[in-house]
Amino acid sequence: MGKLLEVNNLSISFTQYVQGLNRHDTKVISDLTIDVGEGEIVAVLGSSGSGKSLLAHSILGILPYNSHVTGEIKYKGNILDQELKEKIRGKEICLIPQSVNFLDPLMKVSEQAIGECKDEKERDEKKVRQREIFSKYGLDESVDDLYPFELSGGMARKVLLSTALVGNPDLLIADEPTPGLDAKSVKETIDDIRNLKEQGKGVLLITHEIDVALKTADRIAIFYSGYVIEINNVDNFKNADNVLHPYTKALINSLPRNGFNLTEGVQPLEDLPGCPYWENCPIRLDKCKDNKPELVNHDGIMIRCFNFKGDNDGA
Amino acid sequence: MELKANNISFSYNKRRQILKDFSLSVDSNRIIGLMGDSGSGKSTLCKILAGYLTHYSGEVTLDGNKIPDRGFYPVQLIFQHPEKTMNPKWKMEKVLNESWTPPKELRDTFGLKDQWLTRWPNELSGGELQRFSILRAINPETKFIIADEISTMLDAVTQVQIWEKLINHAKANNIGILAVSHDPELLEVICDDILFFDEINNL
Repeated sequence: MGKLLEVNNLSISFTQYVQGLNRHDTKVISDLTIDVGEGEIVAVLGSSGSGKSLLAHSILGILPYNSHVTGEIKYKGNILDQELKEKIRGKEICLIPQSVNFLDPLMKVSEQAIGECKDEKERDEKKVRQREIFSKYGLDESVDDLYPFELSGGMARKVLLSTALVGNPDLLIADEPTPGLDAKSVKETIDDIRNLKEQGKGVLLITHEIDVALKTADRIAIFYSGYVIEINNVDNFKNADNVLHPYTKALINSLPRNGFNLTEGVQPLEDLPGCPYWENCPIRLDKCKDNKPELVNHDGIMIRCFNFKGDNDGA
Repeated sequence: MELKANNISFSYNKRRQILKDFSLSVDSNRIIGLMGDSGSGKSTLCKILAGYLTHYSGEVTLDGNKIPDRGFYPVQLIFQHPEKTMNPKWKMEKVLNESWTPPKELRDTFGLKDQWLTRWPNELSGGELQRFSILRAINPETKFIIADEISTMLDAVTQVQIWEKLINHAKANNIGILAVSHDPELLEVICDDILFFDEINNL
């Protein structure tokens, strides 16, 4: 199965001015490696405010001017540079944004879904497709002429999803699609995302809600303090014994249904010289303090921890 | 002590009523869960209990007495988004000490690092900021905490840390908690009793 998206060693930092002319570099994403195949849903799970959304923004090429990006992003085997990003975003790669605030309040929703067109012919084609997708998600013709403020929360979410699908993309990036929704809407969103997979589309799901990741994804990447520390198959997340990283184990054990177990410690503010989890780790080694483990493939599980050897190491 | 809401009715405008003859009671030393869908009016009720909204009918009482609107308000509200409750131009030390000066040992219990105090609010994560919100709210004069989806935006590990510390502190200091959430699994593990919003709202 071909990989739709490959992200290799992506790092993102920002230069900010603090107190006058002093400049300060803040690293937000460090050495991030992840891939998404066709018909596959991969979730990136990390706490809110940890910078996961920037991954989406860098794939689409919409990071602000003061950001620095290193590493490589490939789409269908081709390097995704700014030129290619601008060419295919909104067409082959689409974003399902977090909230209704991403809709233009002064534009009818059908117009927003259709977007910019070169000529009348393209417009007519897109109009047909927009109508098709809207009806598929239960939005009838009367919705076409509504403005965003006239929509309920659930309808607005369906409009956002339909808008992303009008261009018939191969890869969708869903950025926190569920917060603030009640159980029923969350379930609908989950069903919608799973349905995209059945249509053969790849989905990169960015979320902080572990339940949403567990119910939709094929693989889950755990994002901790700017690093991906483990990428594992969703089935292994049912039991803390089947995941490798101590933080991933703590995360599973802290769920209400798994005992609501307390693990002390907070994520470090600064990029440490060693492992980001060193301070709180129950199985740390001497070398973990000053050396940074790489993300390695250990029996098909990607793991960033010195306690686990990569398949290519030694032996 | 007992925090009581008696026959509260409220609407923001004439078109839609949010609360109708809503009553509930929370005992200090108990943790009561309140569950409801988004948009049902949970947050509005929280604001009424904590004294943010005053143009309602019915009454909110503490041990049968109306809560005076001067001085420290004994019912403190903790919000879902801590970043929206802090002055972005204050450093965290000033933010923390806005209500009272929490002693070092309490800061340690809640896992608050000293190095965070010199930061601005936008330099900390939601989980870190929420610890500040809780410390501010547990002023010695606080009798009740209204926790409105306080761990919804946090990761599961931080969620346990925050609830465990808050509940321990509340039990030890005879503070009652009304925990509002849409997550039944969470309420199941932290609460003594769970109320369903739609069942007690007479709309």
